[in-house]
Amino acid sequence: MTTTIADTGTTAGAREHARAQAGQITDSMPVVPASNWPNPPADVDPAALTWAETVPGGRYTSKVLARGTRLRLHDVDGAACAHVLLWRADAPWERLNVADTVKVPWQAYLGAGHPLLSDQGRVLATVVADDSGRHDALCGTTTLAGNTAKYGDGHVHSSSPAGREMFVLAAAKHGLTPTDVPPSVSFFHGVRVDEDGSLRSTGSAGPGKSVDLILHLPCVVAIANTAHPVDPSPTFDTTSVEVLAWRATADLDALLAGVADTEPEYQRAVANSEDVWAALS
Amino acid sequence: MTTAIDFAAAPATDLALVPGTVVLDEVIGERGPWSGVVAAGDVLTIVDLYGNQAVDTLFYGAGDHAKRYSAQATIAAQGNIFLTTGTVIRDQEGDPLMTIVADEVGNHDTVGGACSQESNTLRYGHHTRHQHACVENFLIEGSRHGLGKADLVGNVNFFMNVPVDPDGSLGIVDGLSAPGKRLALRAEVDTLVLISNCPQINNPCNGFDPTAVRVIVTRPGV
Repeated sequence: MTTTIADTGTTAGAREHARAQAGQITDSMPVVPASNWPNPPADVDPAALTWAETVPGGRYTSKVLARGTRLRLHDVDGAACAHVLLWRADAPWERLNVADTVKVPWQAYLGAGHPLLSDQGRVLATVVADDSGRHDALCGTTTLAGNTAKYGDGHVHSSSPAGREMFVLAAAKHGLTPTDVPPSVSFFHGVRVDEDGSLRSTGSAGPGKSVDLILHLPCVVAIANTAHPVDPSPTFDTTSVEVLAWRATADLDALLAGVADTEPEYQRAVANSEDVWAALS
Repeated sequence: MTTAIDFAAAPATDLALVPGTVVLDEVIGERGPWSGVVAAGDVLTIVDLYGNQAVDTLFYGAGDHAKRYSAQATIAAQGNIFLTTGTVIRDQEGDPLMTIVADEVGNHDTVGGACSQESNTLRYGHHTRHQHACVENFLIEGSRHGLGKADLVGNVNFFMNVPVDPDGSLGIVDGLSAPGKRLALRAEVDTLVLISNCPQINNPCNGFDPTAVRVIVTRPGV
């Protein structure tokens, strides 16, 4: 689209032109403040929202979130794939450990009740709601070389950006290096393991599905929305993921109050997170 | 009456799965770490001397430690969680580091990661906190190469058996290995191999009895 501009040959004209662009609403942007999000969840006070953003396919985002935050990822059109990493915000050398996340709970598949564990024996976040059931903790995200072979390009500025490239960028914005980018988990594209160990893509559960996480400790959260590495589609079809977060200390309190009814490994992970938090508070 | 073969005393040339000049032959004692560089084209044979001993292993580019093993890239590329003959050990960008060229066991794990003092408290209780663990081995041996905590990622567990059930249940179960079972890896690039000879005593990954293993590097055609 070409816009006719009266005059950008002067600083005053250029400033007027720049300022005239703001105020647009698109389907791929953060809303700031988050309380202005047009359709908050019915049971959430809009004033409690701390993050409200639509991340298009092939893009990424990140934010530091407090303990007691509830984070909702929403697959708007049914072809999102939200690759997620967590680092402890107050100690970023402690980060998501995918191996412990599947080994400790004796469960390879992510779903409600599954902890996202750190490398220090603590739960960083718990999956507390999930109506998709199509997730993956085994295959990680995509690479520059992989996306170049599959789609013709994997650079961040291309139309088929690789997940690791975007994670490197997200990490950099929090002072972290590529070395700090560990294996990741992903939501909204399922993978199952057959008896012989082979991986089988089960794809999306369709549009309108959501996953909720509750944070036990303050975390840097990075989300890269890009096609899963074993996505069978030869074309890059990733659609938007909606990211909402809100202060939900009552939800964390309720989780903690009910922990005695959970698996023993989870109880000890929660206890370890509470232990480190109590020592810091 | 049969006499058990003494795999610790057998000549390296008899145990190497790919023949060649023996350029390294060492025993990794029980519970301890090891590291070494395998030059491109050389073949590393790992011998499970006494059976069912998990060998936790990480790989780095010898000249560029930013190149490091990726369990996820490795299994996604081959479409299978089990490592065996033909598996290409890949780095975080999907580039080959090594290839498994022979395997007498059938499958090896790369989903379960390493044991740590910290995760042991979740898995077995806080009384296990002061039991030695693989991450301790990785950290202390890695430090001799300038590697730190951020360099550690999910590893390979050679000789460790981790099935995934149809409902997603996964766990370390009795091993498929036996005394003298071996596998061999050919280096595609000069590769730093970092090993923790797993000290875990709370699950069957070492048959509840950590034992020594042997590493032999051969240079084929020389």
